[in-house]
Amino acid sequence: MDQFTLNLIVVGATFALYIGIAIWARAGSTSEFYAAGRGVHPVLNGMATGADWMSAASFISMAGIISFGGYDTSAYLMGWTGGYVLLAMLLAPYLRKFGKFTVPEFIGDRFYSQTARTVAVICLIVASITYVIGQMTGVGVAFSRFLEVDKTTGLLIGAAIVFFYAVIGGMKGITYTQVAQYVVLIIAYTIPAIFISLQLTGNPIPPLGLFSDHVGTGEPILATLNGLLQDLGFSEYTKQSDTTLNMFLFTVSLMIGTAGLPHVIVRFFTVPKVSDARSSAGWALVFIALLYLTAPAVAAMARVNLIDTFYPNGTKAEAVTLDAIQNDEALDWVRNWETTGLLAFDDKNGDGMIEYNASAENELTVNRDIITLANPEIANLPGWVIALVAAGGLAAALSTAAGLLMAIASAVSHDLIKSQINPSISEKGELTAARIAMAVAIVVATYLGLNPPGFAAQTVALAFGLAAASIFPALMMGIFSKRINNKGAVAGMVSGLVVTIVYIFLHKGWFFIAGTNSFTDADPLLLSIKSTSFGSIGALVNFAVAYVVSNATDEPPVEIQELVESIRIPRGAGAAVDH
Amino acid sequence: MAENSDNNAYWSANKRIIGISLVIWFICSFGFGILLRPMLAGIKIGGTDLGFWFAQQGSILVFLVLIFAYAARMNKLDKEHGVDE
Repeated sequence: MDQFTLNLIVVGATFALYIGIAIWARAGSTSEFYAAGRGVHPVLNGMATGADWMSAASFISMAGIISFGGYDTSAYLMGWTGGYVLLAMLLAPYLRKFGKFTVPEFIGDRFYSQTARTVAVICLIVASITYVIGQMTGVGVAFSRFLEVDKTTGLLIGAAIVFFYAVIGGMKGITYTQVAQYVVLIIAYTIPAIFISLQLTGNPIPPLGLFSDHVGTGEPILATLNGLLQDLGFSEYTKQSDTTLNMFLFTVSLMIGTAGLPHVIVRFFTVPKVSDARSSAGWALVFIALLYLTAPAVAAMARVNLIDTFYPNGTKAEAVTLDAIQNDEALDWVRNWETTGLLAFDDKNGDGMIEYNASAENELTVNRDIITLANPEIANLPGWVIALVAAGGLAAALSTAAGLLMAIASAVSHDLIKSQINPSISEKGELTAARIAMAVAIVVATYLGLNPPGFAAQTVALAFGLAAASIFPALMMGIFSKRINNKGAVAGMVSGLVVTIVYIFLHKGWFFIAGTNSFTDADPLLLSIKSTSFGSIGALVNFAVAYVVSNATDEPPVEIQELVESIRIPRGAGAAVDH
Repeated sequence: MAENSDNNAYWSANKRIIGISLVIWFICSFGFGILLRPMLAGIKIGGTDLGFWFAQQGSILVFLVLIFAYAARMNKLDKEHGVDE
């Protein structure tokens, strides 16, 4: 059976499973649509949060970025896991006690202001749409490869499937489907990693393999990789090239962005008790860590294998011949990825060889987003492993896109239409509005995903910066301070969001339209702060403005101060109430 | 009133536990992984140094321990102050 048929069968089978579960658990009432009736066990909820959380950015894109960036990109690993500590301690238990359905609802009630609620909706939509653009990029990469079409066609097919998938189910459908998706994606991520770790180091546990000796050289694999990269003129894998300032701020931004992203926070509304909200964050991180501890191993080993492929006789000998790339069966994958337009080679100097190095004469370009998906092919693993990875990548992208679309839909239908524009809207009308909001979000994200502002994980990092600068500070101050009032919170959120989005647009183009940027991340406006790291500065601005404005204006009314006291105490957390 | 002062004591205890946890959180990620990496350069592990390990693996393991320790400690605190569910 050829690879294409095998891909179709494996991907098709996993899709049938998800859609089957979605139909089986199809949402009936609005409360089920948003929060699945709160009956979800912490371990299952943790697993579903893991699938929700680990998107195309984690699965498809992150290892590739680390593979090419080495130590400098450790921020992705620390940032996207360390945020769970903040969630568990600073937000999740109190928001669960508060017991409403959405993040803007909390902000609106705590800051006794419809304006605050509307501003929170806007922040949420801006961050979530940016996030979905990143997912669409990943979906496009995965579909283009396994259907063997160019990346634009892949993106359009992927968007159609995301649309169908998110619109028929609600949160409940999504919770159980996401458990299934987690299982598929973690198996798909670990199996090739185990094979490759065995091949290169003889150690079957990839995170340990990363610090073991390479079977060929007898030296540690990281030292071997450093040597290979030096031969080709690249900087060493374990060396820091980025500035400490940027790395620090980038990690902060990803961490607090994690704790501020609405589609993750709502997960903790669905557990039965406050104490479950704390342990759910821990369980979520257990399931996330299984992938995040494997990712750095995948990254380093993929780079070793990539270099070996293009220098079959070692980096000191001659490179692979053009003839081998065009005809050798083991190099099928190079030709397959070339079809998608995500990998390109060109024998510029006409010497019949494809040289890969850091110089201007480099003849190979590889899109970083293909590394995880191409990894099993590069290592010549069996066809079923390759098909499994395609299925895993799609599971990751779909589950997160669906979760984000839910967050956008509930913000629009519940926090804007139901609470402000038309309070008498029927349940059915609310569900219809939610579905229309999802459809619009998919169209916008697909359009912008055609020319994304970066690799999938980088686009997603921008979304985290936006959430970090707008939502996280408002939530945290709402819980930990009784003094922050409506005016302070609104001024803080608006200033945090505006400075961050302007900084991003100045570097990535206005509304992500290419060519309209005034600066680049290579030479940023402020010091060495890249646009992906600016969320931490935006968050500081948010905190400072909220503090100053609140202290200059009246303190919150007594009943709000009592509300804050009550959410700090676990006792009395009943089922959520709708209003 | 008595209940109020006990709730305040509960909240202060919670903030103290969070404070200690976040100091560990900061040292093991931003500290060992980024700012203090040059100081750890002498400790070698698998072809690189301890700072690299913390940045790519160690910090994640510490985060896991921190969350479960916090959850367990808070369950105990909830009971001590009679605010458990």
